[in-house]
Amino acid sequence: MNTDELVAALSRHVEPVDRRLIRRSVAFALAAAVIVTLGLTSVWLGVRADFMTTHAAAFLVGKVAFAIAIVCIASIYLLRLARPGGEHKVASLWPIAPFAAAILLAVVTLAFAPQSHWNKMILDDEWLECVLSIPIIAIAPFAVLVWAVRKAAPTDLVRTGAFTGLVAGGVSALAYALHCTGDSAPFVAIWYGGTIVLCTVAGAVLGPKLLRW
Amino acid sequence: MSTAESELRGLMLASHSGDSASHRMLLERLSGHLRAYYKRKLASFAKGATEAEDLVQEALLAIHIHRHSYDPAEPLTPWVYAIARYKLIDFLRRSKTSRADVPIDEADDITANDDHFAAENSYDIRRLLGKLPKNMQCAIGAVKLEGLSVAEAAQKCRLSEPAIKVSIHRGLKALANLIANEVKA
Repeated sequence: MNTDELVAALSRHVEPVDRRLIRRSVAFALAAAVIVTLGLTSVWLGVRADFMTTHAAAFLVGKVAFAIAIVCIASIYLLRLARPGGEHKVASLWPIAPFAAAILLAVVTLAFAPQSHWNKMILDDEWLECVLSIPIIAIAPFAVLVWAVRKAAPTDLVRTGAFTGLVAGGVSALAYALHCTGDSAPFVAIWYGGTIVLCTVAGAVLGPKLLRW
Repeated sequence: MSTAESELRGLMLASHSGDSASHRMLLERLSGHLRAYYKRKLASFAKGATEAEDLVQEALLAIHIHRHSYDPAEPLTPWVYAIARYKLIDFLRRSKTSRADVPIDEADDITANDDHFAAENSYDIRRLLGKLPKNMQCAIGAVKLEGLSVAEAAQKCRLSEPAIKVSIHRGLKALANLIANEVKA
């Protein structure tokens, strides 16, 4: 079949396209990812026992806000990256903002705390569980998001993979925050921030294999 | 905005709403641009007109299958260029040529030149279609090759109309993968 015949064949009975398909798939995947991840975490790890106290609630809100900020910003980028050529429209530093804010808050907190407390603030009892949990939990939202992004046609697979990993890491951190009692700002900046970055790197590595079309 | 951009974009918008004639004109015009682009690019890798024609067909198929990923709020040329370049890099990776040498040029380059001297390509799409599952073969054969309507194809293939549309879409995607495997070998 030569090229003219191919063009003729492809042009017979052309169906109208669903322009909202990509946006809808990604939005649906994000909602599904959040629900599944919250469900899995609350069944598997359980919600922290003290979440009704004002003290715990305040920290919980802070951690959830950090995670939601990451998820929202990264999702907007992911939606652009999913389309061919979208990588040329995402050259800004917004995705770093939540991390920068968390680090700033951590530095300020440490500066106002006596040095003898630093160790306890950074290496809370839960740091190892946090390091393991966030990347493991992130596998579920990552799989759902990959399914949605594959409906589009990303042309920069490394960056699209990275942002898929970043959203998944953010969703995972959001769910894990409900369980985790490590509340200090340095703890969140290092262990939450670090593991979410790890998810991003994993996404960048897996992107070219999983998102090819 | 260049005239090529506004004309091609107009054709794509019409194609999005299901206008077959505009879709055909769009693919015809893009094939001229794609051919000139691939011939120019492949010249630096000592590949000839046959490989360029393979890539023209791969890119046209990709543009057809993924046309829903074009956002009407954006210009069309960068979208076409991104797909053309993606397919070029994919091809070079499959044929084990270093991709480091693909220079990044302006998206407008894609519509700068035209080339309507189609060469023979290296694979036979009809033969590859024969490797697809029966439903996809029947749906694509009836609608795209024989030109039957979706309703007629549904009767012929004993499938529902939505199943015909899904079979065509999935079949073309599977065909694109078969072509990619073929061109590697």
